[in-house]
Amino acid sequence: MKATNEPDLPESDLPESVIRRRTLKAFGWFALASVVPVGVYTWIQNSPNLAGIRKPLRKVLDVNEDIASTYFSSNHLVRTYPVEAAARVPRVNGFDGLRTPLPDDWKLQIDRQGSNGEPQEPLLLTMDDVKALPRQELVYDFKCVEGWSQIQHWSGVRFSDFMERYQLGTRSGKAPSPDTTDDLYKFVGMETPDKGYYVGIDMESAMHPQTLLAYELNGEPINNQHGAPVRLLIPHKYGVKNLKRIGRIFFSDTRPRDFWAERGYDYYLGL
Amino acid sequence: MKRRILHKHPLAIRWFHWVNFPVLGIMIWSGLLIYWAYDPYKIQLGDWTLVSFFPDGFYKALKLSRRLAEGMAWHFVFMWIFLLNGLLYVGYTFISGEWRHLVPGRNSFREAIHVTLYDLGLRKDQPPFIKYNGAQKIAYFSIMLMGVGSVLTGYAIYKPTQFYWLTALMGGYKTARLIHFALTIGYVLFFVIHIGQVIRAGWQNFQSMVTGFEVVKSNDPERPVMTDVTPEPGPTDDPAPTEPRPDSTPLQPALS
Repeated sequence: MKATNEPDLPESDLPESVIRRRTLKAFGWFALASVVPVGVYTWIQNSPNLAGIRKPLRKVLDVNEDIASTYFSSNHLVRTYPVEAAARVPRVNGFDGLRTPLPDDWKLQIDRQGSNGEPQEPLLLTMDDVKALPRQELVYDFKCVEGWSQIQHWSGVRFSDFMERYQLGTRSGKAPSPDTTDDLYKFVGMETPDKGYYVGIDMESAMHPQTLLAYELNGEPINNQHGAPVRLLIPHKYGVKNLKRIGRIFFSDTRPRDFWAERGYDYYLGL
Repeated sequence: MKRRILHKHPLAIRWFHWVNFPVLGIMIWSGLLIYWAYDPYKIQLGDWTLVSFFPDGFYKALKLSRRLAEGMAWHFVFMWIFLLNGLLYVGYTFISGEWRHLVPGRNSFREAIHVTLYDLGLRKDQPPFIKYNGAQKIAYFSIMLMGVGSVLTGYAIYKPTQFYWLTALMGGYKTARLIHFALTIGYVLFFVIHIGQVIRAGWQNFQSMVTGFEVVKSNDPERPVMTDVTPEPGPTDDPAPTEPRPDSTPLQPALS
C-alpha cells in the first residue's frame, strides 16, 4: 500500500543494444536542438539595427504595441494619491531639449492642415490661452523607464480638452468627437523649441483623460528643469514620453520621430 | 542481454525543461541589463550592508552597464516564450497526470528533512520515493510557483495602468518590482543547488533528462534491483512511510 496516489514509473526490459541506440539517438537530437538557441541568438545579434535595436527585436516590440493597444482603455486610470503623498523635491532626470535658454518670444505652436492635407497657418498660443481651459490636478506615481517611480503633484489642462477647444487633431478640422474617432490622426508629435528632444504619442494615449498639458508642479509654476512653461504629462507612459518645454505640436498618420525610440527604446512605452 | 529501464521523464517534460534553460538565461541576463538602470536593492543588518545588488565590479565583469534599451527589448521578446513554455508545462503536467509526481503531499515536508539529513551525511538511509523525493517535490513545485510569480509581477510592472488590478494584487508597483527581482535571485540559487545535486546524482540521473529513461543496474548497492514481488505491509498500524521498502526505487540525492 502506498501513502500517496502517485503512480509507479513505467518500466520495460530491453536488450542492451536497443538501449545504446536509443541513448545515442536522444543525445544526437539533443546536440542538434542545442544549436537552435545558439543560432537564434547569433541571428538576432547579427541582424541590422532598426531604430537603434536589432531588427527582429524591434519587430516583436511593434507586435507588443499592437497587443497592448487591444486592451488599452481610456477607462483604465492611473492610481491617484492625496496631495500630501507627493514628493516635495521632485526628481529631475534628463536635460535634452533644455540646453538652450527658453526663447523670450516663446509661443506654443500647433501645426494645422486643411482637410485637403495642405498646411495652414500654425496656431500660436500663449500660456494664458492654455490656462483658460479647465484646470486639472493629478497626484500620481510618475514612472521612469529606468525603473524608479515617485509620487508627484502636477496641474494643467487635459490634452483632450485642449484639442476640443482649439479643434485639433482631426482631418476635417472639426473638434474631435467620440463618435468620429476615424477623423482623428493616428499620432501626435511634440518637440522642444530647439528641437533637441521630441516624442511621438499614439492618439489613443494622447486622448486619455489623465494626459495633461502641465504648467504647475506642487502648486508652483514649473521651473526650467522640469519643463517650463508647459510640458506634456502622460502618466500611462514612461517619463521619457513626457516631453518638457513644448515648442511645437503636430498631428500625423505616421509615427513622428521619437528621441529615445531612435536610441533603441520601444516606441510605445505604454504602461 | 536484457536490461531493465525505468521510463522517468516523458518527452514533453524534457522539451519544457531544456527550452526553459536558455530562455530563462536570456530573461535573467536581460533583466540584469534593466535592473542596472535602477539598482537600489540590498540586504542590510541594521546599518551594515550584507549584500548589495550589485557592486560595480559585477556589472563591469558581465558587461551589464548602459544597456537598458537592449535589455528591455530582449526581455519583452523572450517573455512570450517563457510564458508559453510555462503554460504548456503546467497544462501538460495537469493533463498527463505528471502532477502526481510533483505536487508535495502530506509527508513531503517530513521526508524533505529526512532527505536533507541524508544528503548532509547525518542519516544513512533515505526515504523511499517513486519519481521525486519530498525535497525534490517541494523544490520543483516551488520553482513552478515562482515562475507564475515572475509572470504575474512581471505584467504588474509592465502595464501597471492597464493591469492596475494586477499591480494592486502584487502589492503595488514598487513591491512588484522587488518581488520580481527576488524571484530571479531565487532562480539563481535554485540553479546553483540544482547543478550541484545533478553532479552528485551522477550520469544515469542526468542522462535521463535527455533520453527519458534510466537503466536499472543489477548488483549496484546504490540502486537495489527492482523485484516484481511487492511485500504486503505487516499487520502494524504504522504505515512507516520513512522506512525504505525492500523494493525501493533508485536512490539518488535530492534536488537533482
